[in-house]
Amino acid sequence: MRTIETVKIVETVRDLVMRAAVELGDDVLAALARAKAVEPSPTGAEILERLIENAAIARHERIPICQDTGMAVVFVTLGQEVHIAGGSLKEAIHEGVRRGYADGYLRMSVCDPLTRRNTGDNTPAVIHIDLVQGAELRLDVALKGFGSENMSRVTMLPPSAGIEGARDFVVERVAEAGPNPCPPGIVGVGLGGTMEMAAILAKKALLRPLGASHPDPRIGRLETEWRERINCLGIGPQGLGGRTTCLAVHIDAMPTHIASIPVAVNIQCHASRHLSADL
Amino acid sequence: MDAPVRLQTPLDNAAVEALRSGQRILLSGIVYTARDAAHKRLVAAIEAGDPLPLPLEGQVIYYVGPTPPRPGHVIGAAGPTTSYRMDPYAPALIARGLKAMISKGARGSAVKEAMRTFKAVYLAAIGGAGALMARSVRAAEMVAYPDLGTEAIRRLVVADMPLIVVNDVHGGDLYVEGSAAYRLPFPSPEKRLTSLPPV
Repeated sequence: MRTIETVKIVETVRDLVMRAAVELGDDVLAALARAKAVEPSPTGAEILERLIENAAIARHERIPICQDTGMAVVFVTLGQEVHIAGGSLKEAIHEGVRRGYADGYLRMSVCDPLTRRNTGDNTPAVIHIDLVQGAELRLDVALKGFGSENMSRVTMLPPSAGIEGARDFVVERVAEAGPNPCPPGIVGVGLGGTMEMAAILAKKALLRPLGASHPDPRIGRLETEWRERINCLGIGPQGLGGRTTCLAVHIDAMPTHIASIPVAVNIQCHASRHLSADL
Repeated sequence: MDAPVRLQTPLDNAAVEALRSGQRILLSGIVYTARDAAHKRLVAAIEAGDPLPLPLEGQVIYYVGPTPPRPGHVIGAAGPTTSYRMDPYAPALIARGLKAMISKGARGSAVKEAMRTFKAVYLAAIGGAGALMARSVRAAEMVAYPDLGTEAIRRLVVADMPLIVVNDVHGGDLYVEGSAAYRLPFPSPEKRLTSLPPV
């Protein structure tokens, strides 16, 4: 049995939140630079350049990349040999989020769904706990902005729709979203499972390093083809026209029921802010 | 690309009639911030016949909820939020003299019609470039609804804020025109279509 103190979890979450808000990942920066090099729209290429410039300002001046510093989504991978000491694991995560948003000068964007009253400290975080064998504790913290979250959808297709039906649902969702989710971004897709599992798969797919294809080559091929179809839509950077509508499609899949093809599309803007830590 | 057009607030009909979708502009002067909750209150005040906490005639509203400023800064990150959520409220403000809205994302038909009828334009800021957009903001002052926090109405003094005209008063719509210009059939005859190497 390995013991991990909650104070350590609070500190780690606070640090991840504060850094994620201002430090755009090298994978995203590299993808923006590659996109800029091939973007035929002058306006589109200029916007991609501005996004790269924005990331540099954010990193150096510690100003958030985007003013929507999101709702915190925390994926916990918890080994069953770990003992959490000093209090509640979930409360430690909420406390880390509370401190990270306050100390990082981040925006408090979480409110009650009925009264719309702001909770004032950006809690609660959305927490997913995966219990695994061993003694590890891994925290993946994502700051999910809602410009892109609002454009996300889940559907339950009949098996007769086939993988082509899933593809068309994904491409049409991106087309309908148009300029709203601040293209170019990453299109996360969850395929299979149940309704809620498809959505979780789609969100987890967004945590993968940008452009790293799925280890299953059948899924990797779908990711490439769907990305190219999306980039044929013409939406382009900020929806003002161009060939860079998405930087990548990331698909995660699992078996589903004989009666269904659950498909979830979770759109992530270029401000793909997530960091992880192994405690 | 043509050089950007300089625009100074407040705006009159002649100033907005001269703008065309696709033009880049550098905006200077006063803009007011307002997003979901502030719009709801403004339109409720209009419907109740109450006075508004800001002037609308000739003015510009920026759909933004900034992050708190760090010490020594006037504002935090300050990029645009998505506009369609303000669509139910925007026509009432346009009818009362609002001349421009700064945001990102497509507008509904009622807003576009109000823009043509009452002479107003829709200007895009770069979504997701909150640190960059904040550089144009020289001063920020609370005007109304401080209880709304980030959603309160603030009066910003901006200098050379980089924007692009999306909807003009003549029916031009850059979201429609721009995507049509770059749409391709699939599979595309173009080799270097996408930004990433093949998997």
